[in-house]
Amino acid sequence: MISFLLRRLAYLALLVLVATSAAYFLAATQLNPRSRYEGRNPPPPAAVVDAALDALNLNDRTPVLERFARWSTGVFHGDLGRTVDNTSVNEEIDRRMWVSLRLMLLGAILGSALGVAGGAYAAVKQYQKFDHVLTVFSFVILSIPTVVLAVLYKNAGIGLNNLLGFTGETKLLYTTGEMTPGLDPWTGAGIMDRMAHLILPTLVLASISIAFYGRYQRNAMLDILGSDFLRTAQAKGLPRSRALIRHGLRTALIPMVTFFAYQFALLFVGATFTEKIFGWHGMGEYFVNSVTGQDVNSVAGVTLFVAILVLIAGFLADVAYAALDPRVRV
Amino acid sequence: MTAEPDVTSRGQLVLRRFLRRRLAMLGFTIVLVLFAIAYLSPLFVAWQYDELDASAFLSPPTGEHWFGTTQNGFDMFALTMRGMQKSLVVGLVGAVLSTALAAIAGAFAGYFGRILNAAISAVMDLLLVLPGFLIVAILSPLFQGRTWLFFVLLLAAFQWMITARIVRGMTLSLKEREFVQAARFMGVPGWKIIFRHILPNMASLLIIDATVNVSSLILAEVGLSFFGFGIQPPDVSLGTLIGNYSNAALTFWWQFYLPAGFLVLLVLAVNLVGDGLRDAFDPNAPSRVT
Amino acid sequence: MEAAPILQVRDLSVTLDSEAGPVLAVRSVSYSVRPGEVFGIVGESGSGKSVSSLAVMSLLPSHARIRGSVLFRGQELLGQSDRALSRIRGRRIAMVFQDPLSALTPVYSVGDQIAEAILVHESMSREAATERAVELLALVGIPSPRHRATAFPHEFSGGMRQRAMIAMAIANRPDLIIADEPTTALDVTIQAQILQVLRTAQEVTGAAIILITHDMGIIAGMADRVGVMYAGKLVETGSVDDVFYRARMPYTLGLLGSIPRLDRGTHQALTPIEGTPPSLVDLPPGCPFESRCPLRIPSCREVEPPLLEMAASGPGHLAACHRSAEVERRDLKSADVFPAPPPHASDRDGAPRAELDQVLEVQDLVKHFPLVKGAILRRRVGTVHAVDGISFDIRRGETLGLVGESGCGKTTAIMEILNLLAPTSGRIVVFGRDTANITHRERFETRRDLQVVFQDPMASLDPRLPVHDILAEPLEAHGVPAVEHSARVRELLRLVGLEPQHASRYPQALSGGQRQRVGIARALALEPRLLVLDEPVSSLDVSIRAGVINLLEQLKKELGLSYLFVAHDLSVVRHIADRVAVMYLGRFVEIGAVDDVFDRPAHPYTQALLSAIPLPDPVKERTRTRIVLEGDLPDPSDPPTGCRFRTRCQKFSGELADAARRRCIEEQPALAARTGGPDHLDACHYAVTASVL
Repeated sequence: MISFLLRRLAYLALLVLVATSAAYFLAATQLNPRSRYEGRNPPPPAAVVDAALDALNLNDRTPVLERFARWSTGVFHGDLGRTVDNTSVNEEIDRRMWVSLRLMLLGAILGSALGVAGGAYAAVKQYQKFDHVLTVFSFVILSIPTVVLAVLYKNAGIGLNNLLGFTGETKLLYTTGEMTPGLDPWTGAGIMDRMAHLILPTLVLASISIAFYGRYQRNAMLDILGSDFLRTAQAKGLPRSRALIRHGLRTALIPMVTFFAYQFALLFVGATFTEKIFGWHGMGEYFVNSVTGQDVNSVAGVTLFVAILVLIAGFLADVAYAALDPRVRV
Repeated sequence: MTAEPDVTSRGQLVLRRFLRRRLAMLGFTIVLVLFAIAYLSPLFVAWQYDELDASAFLSPPTGEHWFGTTQNGFDMFALTMRGMQKSLVVGLVGAVLSTALAAIAGAFAGYFGRILNAAISAVMDLLLVLPGFLIVAILSPLFQGRTWLFFVLLLAAFQWMITARIVRGMTLSLKEREFVQAARFMGVPGWKIIFRHILPNMASLLIIDATVNVSSLILAEVGLSFFGFGIQPPDVSLGTLIGNYSNAALTFWWQFYLPAGFLVLLVLAVNLVGDGLRDAFDPNAPSRVT
Repeated sequence: MEAAPILQVRDLSVTLDSEAGPVLAVRSVSYSVRPGEVFGIVGESGSGKSVSSLAVMSLLPSHARIRGSVLFRGQELLGQSDRALSRIRGRRIAMVFQDPLSALTPVYSVGDQIAEAILVHESMSREAATERAVELLALVGIPSPRHRATAFPHEFSGGMRQRAMIAMAIANRPDLIIADEPTTALDVTIQAQILQVLRTAQEVTGAAIILITHDMGIIAGMADRVGVMYAGKLVETGSVDDVFYRARMPYTLGLLGSIPRLDRGTHQALTPIEGTPPSLVDLPPGCPFESRCPLRIPSCREVEPPLLEMAASGPGHLAACHRSAEVERRDLKSADVFPAPPPHASDRDGAPRAELDQVLEVQDLVKHFPLVKGAILRRRVGTVHAVDGISFDIRRGETLGLVGESGCGKTTAIMEILNLLAPTSGRIVVFGRDTANITHRERFETRRDLQVVFQDPMASLDPRLPVHDILAEPLEAHGVPAVEHSARVRELLRLVGLEPQHASRYPQALSGGQRQRVGIARALALEPRLLVLDEPVSSLDVSIRAGVINLLEQLKKELGLSYLFVAHDLSVVRHIADRVAVMYLGRFVEIGAVDDVFDRPAHPYTQALLSAIPLPDPVKERTRTRIVLEGDLPDPSDPPTGCRFRTRCQKFSGELADAARRRCIEEQPALAARTGGPDHLDACHYAVTASVL
């Protein structure tokens, strides 16, 4: 048992290692941090650029293996290196992951709860009004790219502000950032301000989750509706509604836990499009910026972070599955 | 229920069920129409996507420029059609590639097991752990000036793993099915069994998967192109258009809402087809969408 | 008439929606059930027997349209609200379903589910209900019930699950229990246990039982009165004796004549019913059995016969046939109505066994599997001793029946043979070639001579290929030129009694019996010498079965084949086999000529197995002594020491003194001739032959 777990763990560690190294090599050979110094006026002398790049371990004139060796030594000591702006990648991630969590948590909770409840209800009322509404909603939302959806909600928010006369500094709904700079976040006004910033992106994220979970939960529930054990529950004398909730919904939740586990573990990874459109400085934005900014160490750092979270999500999914389904417990 | 032996073949039955679903037929028609206008309209309209009209900058939709123009005087309609061509091609080619890869990798891993399975599994695990978006983004400068095919290949490379796992699981159960064992006990070689018995018996899964992949790949292309990591200029796609003009949505709405509208219509139509296919192949299973 | 019926079903009709159109699943069925009696409903798949009983409980899906009347103690059940019905369901009428794994909710413990059944109808504390659940589990014979109540359904064996279902059904002392194929998914010895539990349940609660089954043997042993269903209609009903001994509807006669009888042996002529039941989607007018009936007359096509009282029998014997009066007058039997091939003369009276060529020889075959546990953390926790040293041989033209219950290792054994690879240990010699040291080429050539027919004809034919391609596949694999395929396919189809035009059909366009014929034709394509038949008739409906059995016998004679016939149905084996080997937990317990083993079984397991099989003969069933084994098959990864059967052995637990038992515990009995002829071997230290039929 122990040796089995250890072997499994070693395999996962190896996966992370290979993935991160691959990302590092790709980034180190494809990205060009030197270009950040080109086009400056006056052009800095080559020696100065080299020195600056060397300090960040980003000099493309150093052989890539040498750079990798220096970087990976750092990683084994818990140091993910420096960004192109000479900040610490560790600190960058440490700051941004919480931003992402603050952005996404509410939307994830709302979306999964409403989606599951709506999906289950739609299945029971198959081909009736509610089912049709949910189906159309899911189809449409899932056919809209997140960027487009985010832009739509943002513009709708701006439209609403204008309509209700919030044209000054104070807005009903904010469309950029996490909070208005300068406000104390722990006062009543600060919290209200945060909420006003949070509403639109939360709606975007929740809409997508509702569409997704609603659709899957509906199907999982429909699979259960024809099952023998539901018939047994009714044959015992349970009224249909009680049989549906106690025996049906409880069992139909099982296939959903994989999605829950992944969604909640990946909250820290961020929502790239939503963060970009609404100007939150979370992990999702870091993703994009690391590539556009030719930021090799950030790319590798982000990959490591994501890889570990994906594996944690997989582990969480297994644990949650076992918790809900006695058939897979060991 | 012992019904009278049914003489219609499965293919005919599936086709009949599909034709009976109105929404799926609607989706299918929309896809065909979009296909037709994307490819045929350039033959009939006055402005091509790479011509600029120096007399109309930022023009709203008019009789001459149906979808208006950009700040450089490019015709939005021609750009949208051009973009849709690319999105369609990316979606279709990518979907076929990723489904084919998933089918072959999954079936061989499942049928032959052991070392082959371990190797394919390791590759799948690795690709699932790697953030595909990031990798494609890093490699995006390579697409510049080259064929978009490389981009599609990369998209497909990050798309097949989940399906391959399902295919592997199904192969494992099909392998135990008696008709596969019968073929094995006749002396039919493994690769032949895979192509003759195993993959055809997953045809429904593969067709549905390919359809669903069309819409996921179109959406993935949009996401990447939005940040400039996808289709590279001078090529345009619906993704690059949406990316370029998302800031114009409030001021010069036609630049954003018209291509975005076409994109949503296209993806919606493809999803309807996928859903209809699923129902047609498996009338007892509830309809799903991804 | 005695007491007033507790359930009266009048003109019950059920229409279900299907892809092809509305299905008339039940058509105007009427019957009544008296307090405390067992009413059996027998019929083949699709006859409407299950649908009609679900309609009684109003448990059909919402698209079902139900007409007619169901009176329970004078109260109409059809059209009641869900609330009102839920007060009756489980309390007054309880149900036992066919598949106890899917019928129990996987995520709640068995005890909780039984307690729930009590709590819905009675107000008591959770603890008290749990306590009652434990008592009920004890009543239905679950060992250490307090501990097992906390287990989940998947941790129970099939038999234990069905016991739990019965416990749930009797929890509220209902007046009526509807048991829908309660033993179909179970092995015979477990089936015997469950039927025993049902009898106990009936004694304890005094409930009437509606017993739905396709097995005439179970009806003969359990029911007081019977209804025979065909194509959604009740076609004959009456007391068991009337229906079994004085059947007047040709379908009932055919059904009774097509069952191989454990107590009759090879000389019984089986009467197959040709054709298939009609589609219930658009049923033609007239008698639904008309197209298959040897007694049909022109009016059968036009008017559907009503159920008529049979004058000569006791009251309540009704049959739906225009010619039932004539059948009654002439007292026709199955063989008078249905043409049957003459019983095949035994080929055993030719040369002595020892002089014939060996086609297959198996010596001390052993196959062990790693036992892995855990869906998430898969790990090896032990070794399954699936096959643990079996030896036998098959001579030219001979049929060896390999019987045993699920988990005994018979499937593993034939897969080892068919793989033609070196086994874990022991030797497999096929046509003189030892599989341990044959080349790839030789193995390929051997496959020509060794072919297999599987159990489920739907699963064994690729649904994506037309029959022609299915039959041509072995030809192609073995390099028969493509131009010869069509002629050979036609020849094969003719050989198995199909038409040339079947070649262009897909398997799903064939009936079950036709599919199995295609499966047999494919096995014959390369002119093999030895056929492995893995339960070739057990998934077929009874009336179809006889035709396939007759075909197999005929082919064997015509083509000089040898069969390794694997089955759990001993009646079929008795009918077709020359020799039989009985397997238990990876070992043979008895092997010998079929009549020796069946008439004079020496091993206690063989005796119990034979005794567990219900005979379609009410009088015999009433007078038989039954050996009901205790418990379930032991864990094959941890078999008992000494004799593997001792943990369930009726002789061990009932007859032997402690000193004698020690030998069973310590010493593994060898297979040896202990009781009679040199060819009748058993593996019991204390073997004594007994007749159990």
